[in-house]
Amino acid sequence: MTETALPAPSHPAALVRALKSFALLRESWVGLLGAALIAFWVIVALFAPLLAPYDPLATIQGYAAPGASAPDGGTFWLGTDHIGRDILSRIIWGSRTVLIYAPIATFFAYVVGIVMGLAAGYFRGWADEVLSFIANMILSFPVLVLYIIIIATYGASPINILLAIIFASSPGIMRLVRGLVLDLRNREYISAAQTRGESSWHIMLVEILPNARGPLIVDSCLRLGYVIITIGVLGFLGLGLPPPDPDWGGMINETRQMAMAFPHMTLFPCIAISSLILGFNLLADGLREISLRD
Amino acid sequence: MLVFILKRLGYMALTMIAVSILLFLLLEISPGNVATKVLGPYSNEEQRNLWLEAHGYFEPLYVRYFAWLANFVTGDFGESIRFKVPVSQVLWPRLGNTAILGLATFAVMIPLSLVLGVLAGMREGSKLDRAISVTSIATTSVPEFASTVFVSAIFVFWLKLLPGTSTMTDGFSLRQLVLPVMVLVLYDFGYIARMTRASMAEVMTTAYIRTAVLKGLPYKQVILKHALRNALIAPFTVIMLQLNWLLSGVIVVEFFFAYKGFGALLLEASLNQDIFVIEACAMVAVFVAVASQTLADIGYTYLNPRIRFA
Amino acid sequence: MATATDAPLLEIKDLCLSYFTRAGEIPAVVDFSLSLAAGESVGLVGESGCGKSTVALGIMQYMGHNGGIVGGSIMFKGRDLTTLGDEELRQLRGSEIAMVYQEPMAALNPSLTIGAQLIEVPMVHEKVGEKEARQRALALLADVRLPDPERIMAAYPHQLSGGQQQRVVIAMALLSNPSLLLLDEPTTALDVTVEAGIVALIAELSRKFGTALLYISHNLGLMLEICDRVCVMYSGEVIEEGAIDSIFTWPKHPYTHGLFGCIPLPHTDKNARPLVPIRGQLPLPHQRPAGCNFGPRCDFFKPGLCDAGDIKIETVTADNDAEHRVRCVRWNDIDPKDAIAVGAGKKPVVIGEPVLEVEGLQKYYEVHDRSIGALISGAGTRFVKANEALDFTARRGETVAIVGESGCGKSTFAKVLMGLETATAGEIRLEGRNIAGMAVGKRSAEQLAALQMVFQNPDDTLNPSHTVGSQISRVIRKFGVETDRAKARERMLRLLDLVKLPRDFALRRPRQLSGGQKQRVGIARAFAGNPSMVIADEPVSALDVSVAAAVTELLMDIQREHKTTLLFISHDLGMVRYLADRIVVMYLGQIMERGTTEEVFGPPYHPYTEALLSAVPIADPKIEKRHIVLEGALPSAIDPPKGCPFHTRCPRKLGEICEQERPPVQIDREDHVIACHIPLAELREVEPVIRAAS
Repeated sequence: MTETALPAPSHPAALVRALKSFALLRESWVGLLGAALIAFWVIVALFAPLLAPYDPLATIQGYAAPGASAPDGGTFWLGTDHIGRDILSRIIWGSRTVLIYAPIATFFAYVVGIVMGLAAGYFRGWADEVLSFIANMILSFPVLVLYIIIIATYGASPINILLAIIFASSPGIMRLVRGLVLDLRNREYISAAQTRGESSWHIMLVEILPNARGPLIVDSCLRLGYVIITIGVLGFLGLGLPPPDPDWGGMINETRQMAMAFPHMTLFPCIAISSLILGFNLLADGLREISLRD
Repeated sequence: MLVFILKRLGYMALTMIAVSILLFLLLEISPGNVATKVLGPYSNEEQRNLWLEAHGYFEPLYVRYFAWLANFVTGDFGESIRFKVPVSQVLWPRLGNTAILGLATFAVMIPLSLVLGVLAGMREGSKLDRAISVTSIATTSVPEFASTVFVSAIFVFWLKLLPGTSTMTDGFSLRQLVLPVMVLVLYDFGYIARMTRASMAEVMTTAYIRTAVLKGLPYKQVILKHALRNALIAPFTVIMLQLNWLLSGVIVVEFFFAYKGFGALLLEASLNQDIFVIEACAMVAVFVAVASQTLADIGYTYLNPRIRFA
Repeated sequence: MATATDAPLLEIKDLCLSYFTRAGEIPAVVDFSLSLAAGESVGLVGESGCGKSTVALGIMQYMGHNGGIVGGSIMFKGRDLTTLGDEELRQLRGSEIAMVYQEPMAALNPSLTIGAQLIEVPMVHEKVGEKEARQRALALLADVRLPDPERIMAAYPHQLSGGQQQRVVIAMALLSNPSLLLLDEPTTALDVTVEAGIVALIAELSRKFGTALLYISHNLGLMLEICDRVCVMYSGEVIEEGAIDSIFTWPKHPYTHGLFGCIPLPHTDKNARPLVPIRGQLPLPHQRPAGCNFGPRCDFFKPGLCDAGDIKIETVTADNDAEHRVRCVRWNDIDPKDAIAVGAGKKPVVIGEPVLEVEGLQKYYEVHDRSIGALISGAGTRFVKANEALDFTARRGETVAIVGESGCGKSTFAKVLMGLETATAGEIRLEGRNIAGMAVGKRSAEQLAALQMVFQNPDDTLNPSHTVGSQISRVIRKFGVETDRAKARERMLRLLDLVKLPRDFALRRPRQLSGGQKQRVGIARAFAGNPSMVIADEPVSALDVSVAAAVTELLMDIQREHKTTLLFISHDLGMVRYLADRIVVMYLGQIMERGTTEEVFGPPYHPYTEALLSAVPIADPKIEKRHIVLEGALPSAIDPPKGCPFHTRCPRKLGEICEQERPPVQIDREDHVIACHIPLAELREVEPVIRAAS
């Protein structure tokens, strides 16, 4: 054996690997389409101030049809709503609301769910029984009923909505993580880690969690979709973020009484939110398809 | 098997008790809030205290809980603030209407999703499979509140085929049921279809299906006798759990189409802070959900000989 | 037996089978030819990935949606199977050609009764009524020696043991009296005593029904027990074929020679005649070399000749077997004396003082039965008696093997030693200190480092998320061997040298490694903290023979060098005989017999040891063996039989005393003990199971 020096492991290598695994998406047109839809809305949200033709809160001219010309010589491409705000601008700014709240809520739901799931699956015994019972109890609520109760009781503020989503979503994540951990904890490399004296949290976070990432990534895409739906539904039911900030669900709610006469007011926000959810669902499907291949 | 059923029922009772505690804590922990909700925001401190005194709210928390629970069990849900009648009088008819909506939805959705799922899973990767899969992803991506808008735009606004509301003020009308059912089916069938497909596709790759084919059985017999029995166990559970999701959809649909159901009642109650109606609706909703989960568990065990004869 | 003049039942000519993947066409089988006369049994042997199972599925025309026949023909009773339509194929499958599979549990439908799965065969193929079909199924269940056929018919697959399930699958295959039976590793998933029963049954039934057999296995020894002729496959091709005698006595192909060199046969010895692994590894189908596929691993490779083009299969003229053919251009040049690889002798290890002493070790698992019946009778908690009263000693530098079938408690014992489970009672003294009650978290770094483990499953032993190097370095730092990062890295690289892996493997992830390479990393990891004792739990059972030999030799070399005590846990008696200094035979959690290797492999035997020895297939026609087939299935460890645990299956059972009383531990010689009621004097009279053929 020659004493060859090794190149030191570098951090860009990890980045390259992440990019490479992302590049696998091109093998699934479904996933690619999903990623494209998401990318579209992310760009829209990032460049909202540049893209939106009007102030989303300004009342300019009520009930304008799509394509009508605006008083300032511009065009209301998607028309205006009942109090005269430009719908295109509101959809563009509304994408920010969705793309800020949904990922934050999902992220924290994951933190809570992963910690609970790791503990339940790894320690088993009474920790598992207690955590699983709590999770089952929360999961036995029809989701929307749970949201309605929480928000009806504590009011519809952004922070309450986030907390409600974390409260209602983390048990599902916990169950998923628990199942994965129960499988992974029996692997021989876990025994190897135990027999070299690793601590429980090291084993959970370093030895187990990284190997559960595949299903968790797929699930997080689906769950982002659900959370977006939830935020939308709450807005639609009048329990969402307080007006006047543009929120897609809220836009639908405010104008749905006029949907028969002015369908454009509700139709375009509906298309926007559906396309974003479709993006996440397609991406999840594509990722799952790829992960099943090898 | 009997032992198992009893065990499941015991667990169900335990869950209901835990849920009732959670609900109680969520809604009634602060008596001041309750009084404000009952007497309205313009009531004064003294009025509220009088009301609280009269309704036993100065008792310790656990006494209040047990009194509250006892009322619930005996069917006394309190009085609706908004309707000024006992909650049960409003609740039961509304629940009946929702049951009609739910049954109609299941009657359409289950056969549709199972057939599509099995067809797709039978030949994984075929054109039919891809078409069904992509369709079901697409329909599940349109939330109910959006599809209500889409279907009413199409069937009410452009085609003028169906009524846009389902108030049923002139008695039961099948025409008014079509759009709500359509919306619920559109959103929910994809999930069951995809579960069925996954289950069926997995079964089709198993060694025992290979055994069945290599025994020389006709393809029809392989599918009907060997594959379906195993492939439909998982979707059965999912269908029972789907009740939980359906209830969420029902709230949106009833709200949009002004259908006088249970979901709309819960929503109105929460918008109007009608606290006792909220409590009753929530308990009923959870009861339905927990009962269906228990049934799913028992059914799963019954369908699966590996567990039945363990 | 068929005579040569008969038209063959099955004649396969130049068959090419490929799988089509995103990466392109992957040829799984290339130019496969075979002819099989009625009633004849032919074996197909080779390591995993050689294409032997694909051949069976090809004959059945069941290649999945991404596989297909690329060329050649399969003539069966005058019809070419490759040209048949779906309906014609269906009529043939299960009635003319039937198949027995590797995993009987998976091959049976979990939600249909055995009866329902059996009767449909004659009902579909011979259009008989349900009643007659039932009668025939019952008769065949009796033929495959299943007790109480009526009860079996009503049972679901999971209610039967593995051996019973396989008998059901065999019955199912024979129901329509096929003329050809394909058996794809039918006993690989079974315990060796169960395997012996199944093999005997298959041989008997094929004679009784006149069924031709195509027997696929990786186990050369099994071929000897059941087949008339053998085809040896390598990398998608048949490289040698011929009558059993010619292949086992005068193998011509270097690969066949190599295979024999990798198997621990009775004449091998870890010091005097060690195993000779085949170097390198099986080429992936899309990376096969030009010319001879075995070329890169062959000691007789001649550039310009062996890699010059396709190698045709030629008839061997050197012996009087007209059917002996070999795919090697140099078969005539190779001197058999050179071909029979003989490893360099190795120095025996000096065995030192005791390192590990186990005394009265007991491990029970509680099983909670929450059924109402159990609550009423008060028997809510029962125990799985995984280990009962284990005693033994292992000395420095020594190799002690624990051998037994599944469920004998050998893996539980390893877990208790490692501290992954704690003992219920008894003592384990490691270098004088009792660690029996110490869970792994309570052991000090030195205690952990002193006792390390090599695991069984190569795909499971390394964490797929971390690089090989980081996993080894972590152990080094954790045990405080080196705390400095750079020094730990240097030591990690030296450990890679030690297990003969290139240093740049440090940056690889486990999925870029082959099974054997992963096991090597596992060995490096176990030796990172200079252990005084290493437990190896079936370290090579998941590997192919040629790779297993290399890993075994490596493990023993390192052990020799470091004077480590090795506790080798295995179900493979052949391997155990080869490498162990002393052997412990376990059955249902108890020690049946222990002693030095020679003592255990010769009389006096415990009757279980005797049966175990007779069940192991030996790939050497010069060895003669007595056949002892055990009746019945392995009892459950939850309710082990009273008295002697082996009495339910023991062919030498004395009577009631075996059922009632725990057998006495009889001392034959200093260290050779047998737990049995039969007097030693009587056991000494028993003839040896294995002897050289006269």
